Amino acid sequence: MKAAQVIMETGNQAAALAVKYARVDVVPGYPITPQTSIMEAIAAMVERGELHARFIPVEGEHSAMAAAVAASAAGARVFTATSANGLLYMHEVLHMAAGGRLPVVMVNVNRGIFAPWTLWADHQDSFSQRDTGWMQFHCSSNQEVFNTILQAYRVAEQINIPIMVNYDGFAVSHCLMPLTLPPQEDIDRFLPPYEPEWRLDPAHPSSFSNVTNAPEYAPFRQMLSEDILAAIPLVKQAAREYQEITGMWDGDTIDTYRLEDAEVVAFAINSMAAELRLTIDTLRDQGIKAGLLRPRLVVPFPAEDIIAALPPNAQVMVLDRNYNFGHPGGILAAELKSALFGRRNDITVKNRVMGIGGLDLSHRFMAAEILAMMEDNA
Amino acid sequence: MATSIKNLPDNEQVLSGNGACGGCPATMALRMVGKALGPNAIMLLTPSCSVASMGMTPKLGYNWPCINVCFATAGSSASGITHALEIMQEKGRLKGELPTVFCWVGDGGTYDIGFQALSAAAERNDNMIFFCYNNEAYSNTGVQRSGATPRGSFTTTTPRGKRQPKKNMALLMLEHHIPYVATATVAYPGDLYDKVVKAKSIEGLKYIEILAPCYLGWQFDMPETVQMSRMAVRCGAWLLWEAENGKITFNNPTSAIISGKKAPEPVNDYLFKQGRFKRLLQGPDADERIAEIQGDIDREIAFMRERAKIVI
Repeated sequence: MKAAQVIMETGNQAAALAVKYARVDVVPGYPITPQTSIMEAIAAMVERGELHARFIPVEGEHSAMAAAVAASAAGARVFTATSANGLLYMHEVLHMAAGGRLPVVMVNVNRGIFAPWTLWADHQDSFSQRDTGWMQFHCSSNQEVFNTILQAYRVAEQINIPIMVNYDGFAVSHCLMPLTLPPQEDIDRFLPPYEPEWRLDPAHPSSFSNVTNAPEYAPFRQMLSEDILAAIPLVKQAAREYQEITGMWDGDTIDTYRLEDAEVVAFAINSMAAELRLTIDTLRDQGIKAGLLRPRLVVPFPAEDIIAALPPNAQVMVLDRNYNFGHPGGILAAELKSALFGRRNDITVKNRVMGIGGLDLSHRFMAAEILAMMEDNA
Repeated sequence: MATSIKNLPDNEQVLSGNGACGGCPATMALRMVGKALGPNAIMLLTPSCSVASMGMTPKLGYNWPCINVCFATAGSSASGITHALEIMQEKGRLKGELPTVFCWVGDGGTYDIGFQALSAAAERNDNMIFFCYNNEAYSNTGVQRSGATPRGSFTTTTPRGKRQPKKNMALLMLEHHIPYVATATVAYPGDLYDKVVKAKSIEGLKYIEILAPCYLGWQFDMPETVQMSRMAVRCGAWLLWEAENGKITFNNPTSAIISGKKAPEPVNDYLFKQGRFKRLLQGPDADERIAEIQGDIDREIAFMRERAKIVI
């Protein structure tokens, strides 16, 4: 049996390597900071023959997603990646991917959105695509990026729903971290070749995404809504089987740290949640029973797992790296409150927005924020 | 000599019973295209009359697998499909002759909202046939102006007649250095058929634009579609040509106009047949406006005559 290999790589290289391990067929790509180095790495792997795939250098993200969607409909396993305004430019085609039930997997390297321009991370880009019918993972480390892309293909192709794998620009995309690469045979066992139930095939002429009347349209939309929720057990199963094969575990729908007896729970996603582990340790050293709950899966929102995991009477401090315009605070807090309402009346939810446009989120800063939130009785 | 309409193959890819208007030139042209392409093809459509007339889910009036894509994406979507088919064949997952990937798109999806994706697909020279059926307006949404609407034409968004000339889209495509560009129209079905057969045999991006006189948008009598198409060619408002690897050849009867053997018919008869020019023709400055339109036509004939001489 071949052993796993450990290398030092950036988050973007980890994503490109996952694409290679997934034996993806077609990759339309367009550069945007901080995603660009994924596309460069894939173009190079295809050119060197390390990845037997087609790289299509399209002229924009709208076309990148269009080519990905169409290639998927033709029966190929596809990948693309983007950030910020590139993701926004894809918007209508994201809806087509989900409505068309095409298992596209895409990386979005989180970056704040225009206007004004910023290059640095926050989560407004992916949250603004929350209602497109895509599933969304949010990752906090390079290894988790690699692992999650492979799990995403597995789940997407089981339930025919596209999946977006998100992680923070620069903090993850450009930082070197140790990366364990399992043997290819192990990944091949975990992720079998894509065999679509249906594809564009002249032997079976039929229309795809043609005009419908309401009696056809409404059931399509309802099925999508139901199936996104039905994906949650598949996410858990994929994480478990991936662990059995590779020994690696990032959590399934959620990841927790020192949560069991926590009275104060930090609730956040992406790289800030990795940093929050240090915050939790600091608070514990000060005698505060602190813990962390990090949703890995954000769409569908893993409400049942969160409800089950939160300790009794916890104060949950939601640290949002996005705005929920029209409401005070951020979108994660709104999602959490919606999940808890009528189910866990013992839980208090407090919320602050921070880290917008890449403002630094050190463990000390977040510890101070959580302490201040504990004092806040508004 | 173009293939005679009597000798076209019997296969029908456009099935009987669809939602097109009587005398619809796009459907007529698609029928000819189907005879040339045969059944082993994948069709991409963007929002347009041909979508509105293909039948509602789950019915389908075209005998191909058909995918409706986002409006601006015919070029990039077809790139995705053609690369997918090729790589799946390389990997042994598809056997036999690969289907022809073709876009069937109106002038809006070609000249305007779809221009960027088409231009990029052409610059990459991805393997597909891109058909533009050009009815010179956004007919499907009720006749609004497009980049293909000729000067002087009434549309619902140019209520006093369009002030600008149309683009020379086929020539723009030629300057993408693609292996095959052709223009055609429904009055010359054999010419269209031959061009599609030729395009099918060539690797890379092939662009074929078909003038499609639309009775609703152009405001003529429904049975006169083919006659309008013929008049457009005879007066030089539509030029029939093809270019293989950049070398332009004119087809009859345009070739006679270009060579000077035959003068183009004056544009007046063509304009007076169409309600879309009626307000212009009844206005106090009618002579001046007609002269402008004739000027646009003369300019294109002169320009294409000279452009065809450039063979590098």
